[in-house]
Amino acid sequence: MPPKSLAKGKQAQAKPKATRPGKQKDGDDMTDAGDGTDGDGDWGNMTKTLVKPDDQLDLSEQELKEEFTRILTANNPHAPQNIVRYSFKEKQYKQTSSVDQLAIHFALDGNMIHKDSDEAQRQRAKLGIPEAQSDHAVSEAGEAASGAQGGEAEEGKDEGKDEQREEASTPAPTQTEGSSGGKKLTNQFNYSERASQTYNNPYRERGTATEPPPRAVFSSNVTQWEIYDAYQEDFEKQEKNKEKKVIPGRKEEDKTRKRLTITETSGDDISRISKAAKIIERMVNQNSYDDIAQDFRYWEDPADEYRESEGTLLPLWRFTYEKAKKLAVTSLCWNPKYKDLFAVSFGSYDFMKQAGGMILFYSLKNPSFPEYIYETDSGIMCLDVHPEHPYMVAVGFYDGSVGVFNVEKKDGPLHRCTAKNGKHTDPVWQVRWQKDDLENNHNFYSISSDGRIVHWTIIKNELTFQDVIKLNMPEAPAEGPDGTKIATIGCGTAFDFHKKNDYMFVVGTEEGKIHTCSKAYSSQFLDSMDAHNMAVYKVRWNPYHPDIYITCSADWTVKIWERTNKSASDKNDSTDTSAKKPLFTFDLNNSVGDVAWAPYSSTVFAAVTADGKVFAYDLNVNKYEPLCEQMVAQKKKTKLTHLEFNPQYPIVIVGDDRGTVTSCKLSPNLRKQPKEKKGVAAPDPAVREQQEIAKLDKILLMVRDPTDQKST
Amino acid sequence: MSEVEETLKRIQSHKGVIGVIIVNTEGIPIRTTLDNSTTVQYSGLIHQLSAKAKSVVRDIDPQNDLTFLRIRSKKNEIMIAPGCEYLLIVIQDDRGK
Repeated sequence: MPPKSLAKGKQAQAKPKATRPGKQKDGDDMTDAGDGTDGDGDWGNMTKTLVKPDDQLDLSEQELKEEFTRILTANNPHAPQNIVRYSFKEKQYKQTSSVDQLAIHFALDGNMIHKDSDEAQRQRAKLGIPEAQSDHAVSEAGEAASGAQGGEAEEGKDEGKDEQREEASTPAPTQTEGSSGGKKLTNQFNYSERASQTYNNPYRERGTATEPPPRAVFSSNVTQWEIYDAYQEDFEKQEKNKEKKVIPGRKEEDKTRKRLTITETSGDDISRISKAAKIIERMVNQNSYDDIAQDFRYWEDPADEYRESEGTLLPLWRFTYEKAKKLAVTSLCWNPKYKDLFAVSFGSYDFMKQAGGMILFYSLKNPSFPEYIYETDSGIMCLDVHPEHPYMVAVGFYDGSVGVFNVEKKDGPLHRCTAKNGKHTDPVWQVRWQKDDLENNHNFYSISSDGRIVHWTIIKNELTFQDVIKLNMPEAPAEGPDGTKIATIGCGTAFDFHKKNDYMFVVGTEEGKIHTCSKAYSSQFLDSMDAHNMAVYKVRWNPYHPDIYITCSADWTVKIWERTNKSASDKNDSTDTSAKKPLFTFDLNNSVGDVAWAPYSSTVFAAVTADGKVFAYDLNVNKYEPLCEQMVAQKKKTKLTHLEFNPQYPIVIVGDDRGTVTSCKLSPNLRKQPKEKKGVAAPDPAVREQQEIAKLDKILLMVRDPTDQKST
Repeated sequence: MSEVEETLKRIQSHKGVIGVIIVNTEGIPIRTTLDNSTTVQYSGLIHQLSAKAKSVVRDIDPQNDLTFLRIRSKKNEIMIAPGCEYLLIVIQDDRGK
């Protein structure tokens, strides 16, 4: 059946090739096929269900019978026909005629050869395998093996009987074993004994999560000063290390000290802003006294341009302190280093109303409250700030003692003399620092109404004293009630040291006398005269002219004197010295508390009176009348006691007996100086001094006593 | 009462002074005479400003330092003085004159 169906299939397959287009109508074929076999019926039915493509052409009978001839050629339709090659012979491109027409659609190399082919025969011969034998052997071995197995299964219990068979069958298994053993040959180069292999430990993962280290975001800008600070810190550390190496013994001391300082500072933490608080206080004051500050700096009385010989004082700040209101200002002193700072001493001039005293340091920057405050048990009558050590202040008390304060230390005086060591027996009216002596000890002079002038020296924290001079009266000693003779003593009230010859000084007394003394002679005066009718309150040398000094007194007058040529006075009229005349006398109509030369001119001075007025003179402008006479005290009864020019700014400070200090600005007319030519540099101090001396001399020439002029 | 306390008291009682605030290095007010919210606002802002100002001064010259800073405004004036570890801030109204 298979061949038949195959043939039929072939027939069927061949037939449609030619007749497929008219297959449906070819009923004969269909029926024939259906008749031929039963199975074909199904197939035939199936062909009926063939779907005719939509685009199939419907051809008529004739068209179907039309014949088309197709000629198959050996030409490859895809072969290129236009290949050209350059011919060197003809020197041009020529079409190549021979084109390869071979097209290979599929090629496969096989390694199989037919069993019966010659090659197979040869191969077999080469390998030495007899064709028939091997086949036979294999089949035989297969039978024997099966037989042996079957035998074993059947007669497994009595093996002994069938030994022969077994023997017979043994060759086969051995043969098979041998063949199989040959196939299983291991690669001896890539082989290792299992026993020699080490045991591989299985991999294990073990992990522990530690607590993550604390993290923080840090960011910073490095600036110039931070770098500087870091270096500075490091430098200090190095310095410290050096010190430690040098002195190992002191380490512990340092530590304890440090601890102490730490505890001290942490305990009182608010005090750390003391500096800031001070600044703020000053600024707050500056704001609230802004107008005064502006005046201090910039206001110049415009009226001065229109009047020649008149000037005014513009009151600026008024310094008061609650506790000092009942005390009188007894002296004023500008600080030589800080030109805005001045010291004021408070006491009482009233013998019946003695209370405590006070020293206040005020700054122009803070008019509302003193910078430093010292309260004392006794009234302070005078003070002086050391010109080179502005923190040292010498004071004289009403009880006759003198003391030294250090501004840097808040608690009480550094030194204070007692009755044991040279204390005066009457109020000390003036103290004055001197240049340090040869051993660099600070020293000062004091004058008191007990008639002594005492030189005080600070040696190793101790105040030692030395009487310089006693103001004995030349008259015969007065007789006491019991007949003892008591030397009458002049009561010193004021003195001033010569600016250049510091051994020489003038002394004013309560009796109105003026003595010119020298430190060198303690027994007698260089000169002596009756200058005033009442107590001399102040004596001051002219800051420029070496021979001129000024005095003021309770007898309402201010007098200017010239230091006389000693030899002349001695020769001519030694007895007549007391009759000497002053160069100038000014009557101020009231007790003159203080007089002071201006630091900027040799001819300008100012005085204060007990009726509250300030008088300012410029001899260069007017020799007889003051340029300015102005009421400065706030109340009529207030007495002005002292006055001081600021060494730098055009202001004066005036103290009264009610504890108030008033600062006043001098109008331009009161501070006339030689006109500076524009474009010319300011003259140097020496030239300036000469100019000032010449200016004063010129005026003095006119008033000097004609007889004096003749003699000189 | 310490000297500083007295000074502070005087400043506070001075004419035109509206408030005094002391601020520590962290910008936390330690002492004030103003109400809480104003104080916090002032101290926070001014602390930053003064730190910046200090930085400016010191950046220009590391040996230099800021000592005082004042801000004038239409309504008042703020004065800032950095102390050792504290800032002292004073607000003063000086228009009243």
